[in-house]
Amino acid sequence: MWDYSEKVKDHFFNPKNAGAVAGANAIGEVGSISCGDALRLTLKVNEDTEVIEEAGFQTFGCGSAIASSSVLTEIIKGMTLDDALKVSNQDIAQELDGLPPEKMHCSVMGREALQAAVANYRGEEWKDDHEEGALICKCFAIDAVMIEEMVWANKLRTVEDVTNFTKAGGGCAACHEDIENILERVLKERGESFNPDAAPIETPVVAEKKPLTNLQRIKKIEAVLDSLRPQLMADGGDVELVEVVENTAYVNMTGACNGCQMAAMTIAGIQQRLMEVLGEFIKVVPASQMPKLVTIQEASHA
Amino acid sequence: MPDIYLDNNATTKVDSAVVDVMIPYFTEQFGNPSSIHKFADGVARGIKHARSQVQQLIGAEHDSEIIFTSCGTESDSTAILSAIKAQPNKKEIITTMVEHPAILNLCEHLEKEGYTIHRLPVDKCGRLNLEAYKKLLSDQVAIVSVMWANNETGTIFPVVEMAEMANEAGVMFHTDAVQAVGKIPMMLKDTKIDMLSISGHKLHAPKGIGVLYLRRGTRYRPMLRGGHQERGRRAGTENSASIVGLGKACELALEFMEYENIQVKAMRDRLEQGIVEQIPHCFITGDLENRLPNTTDIAFEYIEGESILMLLNKAGIAASSGSACTSGSLEPSHVMRAMQIPYTAAHGTIRFSFSRYNTMSEVDEVLKVMPGIAATLRKLSPYWDGNGPVANPEQAFQPVYA
Repeated sequence: MWDYSEKVKDHFFNPKNAGAVAGANAIGEVGSISCGDALRLTLKVNEDTEVIEEAGFQTFGCGSAIASSSVLTEIIKGMTLDDALKVSNQDIAQELDGLPPEKMHCSVMGREALQAAVANYRGEEWKDDHEEGALICKCFAIDAVMIEEMVWANKLRTVEDVTNFTKAGGGCAACHEDIENILERVLKERGESFNPDAAPIETPVVAEKKPLTNLQRIKKIEAVLDSLRPQLMADGGDVELVEVVENTAYVNMTGACNGCQMAAMTIAGIQQRLMEVLGEFIKVVPASQMPKLVTIQEASHA
Repeated sequence: MPDIYLDNNATTKVDSAVVDVMIPYFTEQFGNPSSIHKFADGVARGIKHARSQVQQLIGAEHDSEIIFTSCGTESDSTAILSAIKAQPNKKEIITTMVEHPAILNLCEHLEKEGYTIHRLPVDKCGRLNLEAYKKLLSDQVAIVSVMWANNETGTIFPVVEMAEMANEAGVMFHTDAVQAVGKIPMMLKDTKIDMLSISGHKLHAPKGIGVLYLRRGTRYRPMLRGGHQERGRRAGTENSASIVGLGKACELALEFMEYENIQVKAMRDRLEQGIVEQIPHCFITGDLENRLPNTTDIAFEYIEGESILMLLNKAGIAASSGSACTSGSLEPSHVMRAMQIPYTAAHGTIRFSFSRYNTMSEVDEVLKVMPGIAATLRKLSPYWDGNGPVANPEQAFQPVYA
C-alpha cells in the first residue's frame, strides 16, 4: 500500500464537494482513462466579482486522485479566478501533507482541471502542454517523457548528463539502467550509439551542480526544516536537526511527533523535500539511530 | 469480525504445521547439510524427505527431478536461460501476452539481445489459440514458456496438451505453475512438460523458497554455479528450514486438494454470484469454465480499483486490483489489456483469491459491504449518473488529454 498521509486518507474517506455543481458556469474535464484517472471540475463563478462561489468534483481514480480533487475544491472556494490560477500542483500536494512520487500526477491533474475550467468560463480553449510518461526516477519524480525531451533538446549522451539536466538518477541510482535504455533508444534514432564512457557534454545550461560543502548542506537543511516547522507545530510537534554526517541527516522528532505512529511518514516527507531542495540524495534518520559518538577516553579504554 | 484475507494469489499465511517442522532447523539441526557432525546429520535427511513430499504433490517420476531454488522467479529465469544456453543456435522463444513479469520482463530483455519473442495473444475470455501456437513451433524455437494458471483471472491454460505439441516438434516446454501447484491435481510423469516452476509462499510455505522441476534427461545449464548442492544444478547452501517447510506444505496441499476443489470453490462461487447479482455493471473476467477453484476477478465498471481496495481495507477486507494506480504504472494490468477489457472496467478489476483458511461467513461479510463501496465510488464518478452509467460513457466524458 502507498504511504498516504492522514489528510489524503481523510479527503478520500470523507470527500468534500463531491458531485456536480448545479448551474455551473465553468467546467473543466481532464485526465486519461487509459491511465485510470479522469476529473470533471464544475464551478459556479460570480459573474460580477469572478469569485468562485461553489466548486464540485467528479473523479474516476485512485485514493490520491479523489483526495487531490477534494482538497482542490476546498482550496479554491471563495477565491477569485485570478488567485485560483496561482494554485500550483505543489500547493495541492502540500495541503495534503505530501503525495508519494508516483502519485504527484494526481495533483497535476487537479491544477489542470482548474485551468481548463477557467478557460471554459472565459471562452478560451485550454490545451494541455504536458504529456506524462512512466515514472523513472523515484527520488525526484522524473518521468520518461521529460527525460526523453531533455535528451533530444540538449543532445545529452550519458546518464551523468541526464542527471545534470533533470536531476533524474541523482538519488539512489537504481534507475540508471532505465535512463541508459532511454539514451540508447534516442541516440539510435539520432544515428549515434550510446557509449557509457562518453565525456559529459559541455556547459550544461540548466543546472550546473556543484557538490555542496557540509556547511552549505547544513544551512540548507536548516532552512528546509524551518519551512516545514509551521506544519509540524500545527500538529503539536517539532523537528530538530542533531547532526549531519555525509548525506545522512539525524533529526529528533519532538513534541507530539515524538513516539507518534506517523513520525516515520513525516520523516519520509522531510527527506523527499530535502532531496528536492538540495538536489542530492539525503537520508533522514532519527537521532536515536545515530552511531554512538565515542570520546577519546572511551576509545583509549577499548 | 477479524480481518478477512482474500489475497492468497499474492501470498499465503504459513501453515502452523509448517512452522512447527521448520523450527528445529533453526535451533538444533542448524548445521550445513554438507557437514559430517551431529548438528547436520538430520538436515540432509530432512531435505531428502521434503524432496519426496514435493515429488508426490506434482507427480514427478524421480525425486532428483526436484531442484530447490529461492523463489518462483529464480526458477523461471533458470529454466529459460538454461534452454537458450544449452541450445545457442535457437533464437526464438514462445510465450504468452499474459505471463507473469518474471517471464515477460526476462523475455523483453532477451529480445534486446537479439532473440525473437512470440507472445501468444488471448481472446476476450483469456484463452489461447492452439492453431496459432502450432504454427509457431519450429526447430528455431529454444523453449516454450506458458503459465499453467493465470495469477489475475485464475484461467487455466492447456499446458499438458501444449507440451505434447512442443515435444512433437522437438521443442523444450516450461510452465510457470506457481498459482496452479497445490490447487489443481497434477501428474507430471504422464506429461511432456520438461520444466516447471513452484513458489513456496503461494501454498502456505514461507517466502524465499521455490522449486524448479527438471525432467530427467532435459538438457540443462545451471544459472548459479559453485558448490555441489542440488547435484551441482543450483549451487549455494541449502535453505534447509524453508525446504523442510515447503515439503510439509506440499504434503498438506495434497491432503487438502479435494477440500480446495469443493469447499474453497464453493466459497468463491458464492462470492462472485452474490456480487454479480447485487451490483449492476460488473462482470467476471477470464475463462469461467476453466479456472482455479480459489480465484475470481471481477471488473466493476466506472470506478477505480485502488479506491475500491482502500474502502475494502477500511472494512477489514484484503484483496488486490489490476488497476494502474495500485502498481504506480500508467497502464492497467497487461492481462486485462490482452483480454481487451475496456479501460473503464479494467481499472476497476478486483481479484479475490481464497485459501482453505477462509470461511463462508467471511464471504457473507464481503457481500454485505461490497454493494455500498461500489455505490459510494460511483457517486463520485464522472462516468456515472444517478442509477446508471451516463449514456455512451466514452463519448459523454472526453477529457482534454487522452
